[in-house]
Amino acid sequence: MPQHELTGHAAAPGIAAGVLVELAESRAAARQAGSPAEERAALEAAIAAALTDLAALAATADGDGAGMLEFQTAMLEDEALREPALEAIAAGAPADIAWAESLAAQTAEYEAAEDDYFRARASDLHDLAGRVARHLRGETEAALPPGCVVLADDLTPSRFLATNWAGGGIALRAGSKASHVAMLARARGVPMVVGLAGAKADGHTAAALDGGAGVLWLSPDPATLTRLNGVRASAAQAAADAAGLLYLPARTATGRRIATHINVADPAELDGLDPGMCDGIGLTRTELLFPASGGLPDEDRQYAVYRRIVEWAQGRPVTIRTLDAGGDKPIAGLTVDGESNPFLGLRGVRLSLSRLEIFSVQLRALARAAVHGALKIMVPMITVPAELEATRALLVQAVADLTAAGIPAVAPPLGMMVEVPAAALAPEQFDAAFYSIGSNDLTQYVTASARDIGSVASLADARNPGVLRLIAEVAAYGKRAGREVSLCGDAAGDPALTGALLTCGLESLSMAPNALPLVKAAIARHR
Amino acid sequence: MSELSARIEITNPTGLHARPAVKLTKLAKTVPAAAVQVALAEAGPWIDAKSVVKVMAMKAARGTAMHFRASGEQAQVAIDALVDLVRRDFDEGHAGADATT
Repeated sequence: MPQHELTGHAAAPGIAAGVLVELAESRAAARQAGSPAEERAALEAAIAAALTDLAALAATADGDGAGMLEFQTAMLEDEALREPALEAIAAGAPADIAWAESLAAQTAEYEAAEDDYFRARASDLHDLAGRVARHLRGETEAALPPGCVVLADDLTPSRFLATNWAGGGIALRAGSKASHVAMLARARGVPMVVGLAGAKADGHTAAALDGGAGVLWLSPDPATLTRLNGVRASAAQAAADAAGLLYLPARTATGRRIATHINVADPAELDGLDPGMCDGIGLTRTELLFPASGGLPDEDRQYAVYRRIVEWAQGRPVTIRTLDAGGDKPIAGLTVDGESNPFLGLRGVRLSLSRLEIFSVQLRALARAAVHGALKIMVPMITVPAELEATRALLVQAVADLTAAGIPAVAPPLGMMVEVPAAALAPEQFDAAFYSIGSNDLTQYVTASARDIGSVASLADARNPGVLRLIAEVAAYGKRAGREVSLCGDAAGDPALTGALLTCGLESLSMAPNALPLVKAAIARHR
Repeated sequence: MSELSARIEITNPTGLHARPAVKLTKLAKTVPAAAVQVALAEAGPWIDAKSVVKVMAMKAARGTAMHFRASGEQAQVAIDALVDLVRRDFDEGHAGADATT
């Protein structure tokens, strides 16, 4: 048959090709209903059998899969789930119909949820409803052939876990990127496309899909398969190369050493991460310590968190950014509501300097934690030198107060974010120990395109020559002045941008931990 | 018999989702001598904190205030354990959702 190409939405990246299997919704087989007592026993038995299935699946699952099965098990064990069905049975309904109708009603409540996450749980309910229904009908679910490409309305998480996907993939007419199956597919590296409304097997017996591009091919022609094989091979090669580089210091092809740091928002992220894969922490966000409302963390709590982060780094430098609230990160009770343009408002250091009682507590906690390692303080949204100097004065005072009280403290190096164009254009006016370019804000300010307005989001591109020129000039100033310049925005973690940033003269990047392998590989290719 | 209550905020990026809801109800069940209820507002509706079906049906989003109340012999133990679980963010390490720099 001629090739047929369909476009949906990317849900899990990767290339799949194989036998096409279309799943039909199973047809309800006629079932002989008994007395209410018999029907109740039949439903209880089917639920028990379904729980046994889930336990068997859980024995071989790990991580996200195990979490999903634990959730389904807890739901199914909960009397509240079966209560409406049991009431209908007591009123004379057959078990299968009572179960199907009461679960459909409960599933519909999830489907009506505003929140994507809760809406996606509908497929979990659908999954366990189907499992119990099959036991009621005495059916078993046919296993999918290994390595196939499945086409279905939606796929249940438990069926996903029961399938050998090697080389295969998932194409769904409905489905959502936020579903458990999509999370599982991403975690297991199974390519998946959703939103293929109207896709039908219609006689096609083979399929290929590109999960990253969101495309499905029915009866793919040889040219398509050859091209996809190339994509798959180079992705596999890139991943393998990157894994080999992870624990090595990053160097370009010409031997230039590039410091690679990680960005951290929550100390819990560091559990399970080996500090040996990075040169330190280039950005610690402290906003998460400050809950949406309900009190700000006291000095001891902040100190404990900062100390834990510094100790994790085992002597590597750790840059901690003072509170960067405001803009797109409101904190109730702290940031100003109703500003006409919050990105140009009281945010970052501007806000901190207006709330000294909060800022001083943070600086005291940082000065205490600095005793335990190579801590550096970074101040966000610096626009004029007076802001950096006011911060320095507060820090000196904090150290003096702590020392007078007999509490160990030191004044760590004080650096600044470069994200306001006025600072990027004239970095020499600031007496900063180091500069870190916040490429997200710098880009939106230089391109006059708010990051949170979708219609102009494509203009907020760090590749804009104006943005790159500013980055290059700040990097050149740092070299002349002997002060470190690094970059910690999203651009630092995008391997497609690595070459451009290194060409700007940057020698230090800070990114999400999971971006390290591919960025290190991109650095190694750079000449 | 004493009745105790507490109020705390959910900070998990996706709110009280599947894994946290399972943890919360399992923890509540470890205190058999206390009846424990949870609500999104002081005025209720109050929900059995030992039922994951009912807790999930609350659809508590991130930043929602959660209220707990408990009665019975181990009411204090139950409240302390639940508040501590929420405060520990359900022991879920998570990355910051936004990446402003």
